[in-house]
Amino acid sequence: MSRKLNLRERYQRMTRDLAWEPSYQSKSDIYPQMEFEGIKIEDWDKWEDPFRLTMDSYWKYQAEKERKLYSIIDAFAQNNGHMNVTDARYVNALKLFLTGVSPLEYAAHRGFAMVGRQFPGAGAQVACQMQSIDELRHVQTQIHTISHYNKYFNGFHDFRHMHDRVWYLSVPKSFFDDAMSAGPFEFITAISFSFEYVLTNLLFMPFMSGAAFNGDMATVTFGFSAQSDESRHMTLGLEVIKFMAEQHPDNIPIIQKWIDKWFWRGYRLLTLVGMMMDYMLPKKVMSWREAWEIYFEQNGGALFEDMARYGLRMPKYWEQTIEGKDHITHQAWGIFYNYTHAAAFHTWMPDNEEMDWLSAKYPDSFDQYYRPRFEHWREQAEAGNRFYNPTLPMLCQTCQIPMGFTEPGDPTTIGFRASDFEGNRYHFCSDGCKDIFDNEPQKFCQAWMPVHQIYQGNCGGATVPDVLDWYHLNFGVDNFDYAQSPDRQHWQQWKGEAAEESDAPDEAA
Amino acid sequence: MADAKNMVYLALQNNEDARPIIEAIEEDNPHAEINHFPAMVKIDAVGKLIVRRKTVEEKIGREWDPQEIHISLVSLSGNVIEDDDEFGVERDN
Ligand SMILES: [Fe+2]
Ligand SMILES: [Fe+2]
Repeated sequence: MSRKLNLRERYQRMTRDLAWEPSYQSKSDIYPQMEFEGIKIEDWDKWEDPFRLTMDSYWKYQAEKERKLYSIIDAFAQNNGHMNVTDARYVNALKLFLTGVSPLEYAAHRGFAMVGRQFPGAGAQVACQMQSIDELRHVQTQIHTISHYNKYFNGFHDFRHMHDRVWYLSVPKSFFDDAMSAGPFEFITAISFSFEYVLTNLLFMPFMSGAAFNGDMATVTFGFSAQSDESRHMTLGLEVIKFMAEQHPDNIPIIQKWIDKWFWRGYRLLTLVGMMMDYMLPKKVMSWREAWEIYFEQNGGALFEDMARYGLRMPKYWEQTIEGKDHITHQAWGIFYNYTHAAAFHTWMPDNEEMDWLSAKYPDSFDQYYRPRFEHWREQAEAGNRFYNPTLPMLCQTCQIPMGFTEPGDPTTIGFRASDFEGNRYHFCSDGCKDIFDNEPQKFCQAWMPVHQIYQGNCGGATVPDVLDWYHLNFGVDNFDYAQSPDRQHWQQWKGEAAEESDAPDEAA
Repeated sequence: MADAKNMVYLALQNNEDARPIIEAIEEDNPHAEINHFPAMVKIDAVGKLIVRRKTVEEKIGREWDPQEIHISLVSLSGNVIEDDDEFGVERDN
């Protein structure tokens, strides 16, 4: 008489038992990328599956998630849900998300398919396969959801094309390209552990809470639907680290170096999210500073206490992020305010109420360093001199963000580092970014740097309109200050708000 | 670094499916702290958090597989414990 299998047995039958030992091909021919990174694995059977989810349950639960999501997306579209957002400024956060983040979901789909094929263990293969399918679901649901906004707002129309070309989108793009062009063990350390386990909460939790707070039910729903897969992904990341650490002591220094690198890369990438939280949400949920305290300082602190048993320590330069939490979002928003004539979303200066919120949330930095600058810019804009920076910025060779971050210990001096390699000099925003280059100069000297490419004539021409045309960005529509934007005009018409005198569109620079 | 010794958490969506799970967690983990965010509930604790199948089943009046938590789970921190009767996270340093 058959008896119901328990979870562990079911998992064993449906996963590990489906694998086999090859007999007529050598393992090194089947899994050719297992050696070159220096990671030593003695026994793949020691892999402890983080979630014992079998494929049949996987499909069942994913189908349930999709059903819920699409019923909400339908309701959202039928009820003109875009009209319920707090303010059309909010939609710019979605533009940044669709052009910057959604293509990374697709890259993750490809990346996990690639590494799943490379790992010899059945447990790891199945976990990577599920994640690969999850990531494809994420990009699809994001495109479906946000396509509704594309009908009513500008800047959404060609996100995939933009992702490969627009200057600030090279920040997220190069992050993932770096991971995908590494070996399978580095990829999974970078994406599953450093990004998903340590940092992803800073992307999704504030973003989705922010969407909920700003009346965007569709985004909340795709966000939480994607995030419900995230617990599995995070746990995979943790298991990967434990597994590599337990397999061989020689692995520890290699893993530590990857954690150092990918923590810093992730931190720089998330600056864009922090800026969105502090400046782009009309109704704010929490500051970047608070989010960093909850999700990195508290949660990351507990995690690395856990990791100490393997001889792994906190990522290098984490102390700089504690100081940086008071500064990076204001500095980044300043950069985008300067260059919004070349961006696919609008920027603006905070109103008085928002300035007060920033002062309260950043008592040690905002009034002293940023408020005077922002008030000056706002006054200038009101006097008809909205400032757009006509000179292209110098970019950090590693993170590709314009060099606008300040020195640790001195928020009035721009940080600046350089390295020489094969007769050329390369520039960096920070010690973290310089170290990453110095460890792999051959790789990073080949980075596709948007500003260099423009100056070399590879981006459509020599003027801003030429380059924007090459980006597929509509000049005078998608770019410039929110105050002058067609988005704002439409919003006011739909809402029946009269345009105020002082906000009348003036000639764009 | 903030005092983070052995902190764990579970974050769930704030909806009808998750509510009985949140109540069950509250009941079975008196040391837990429940924090409300827009659309989401984050449950923090030191050491361990457990969701028991039995407690959830009593609340919803039907059989409940702990893996169903995947539908409402937003995020977690800690080492996962999972079997037929419970789902949880723990840290022990
Ligand atoms: Fe994803
Ligand atoms: Fe950098």
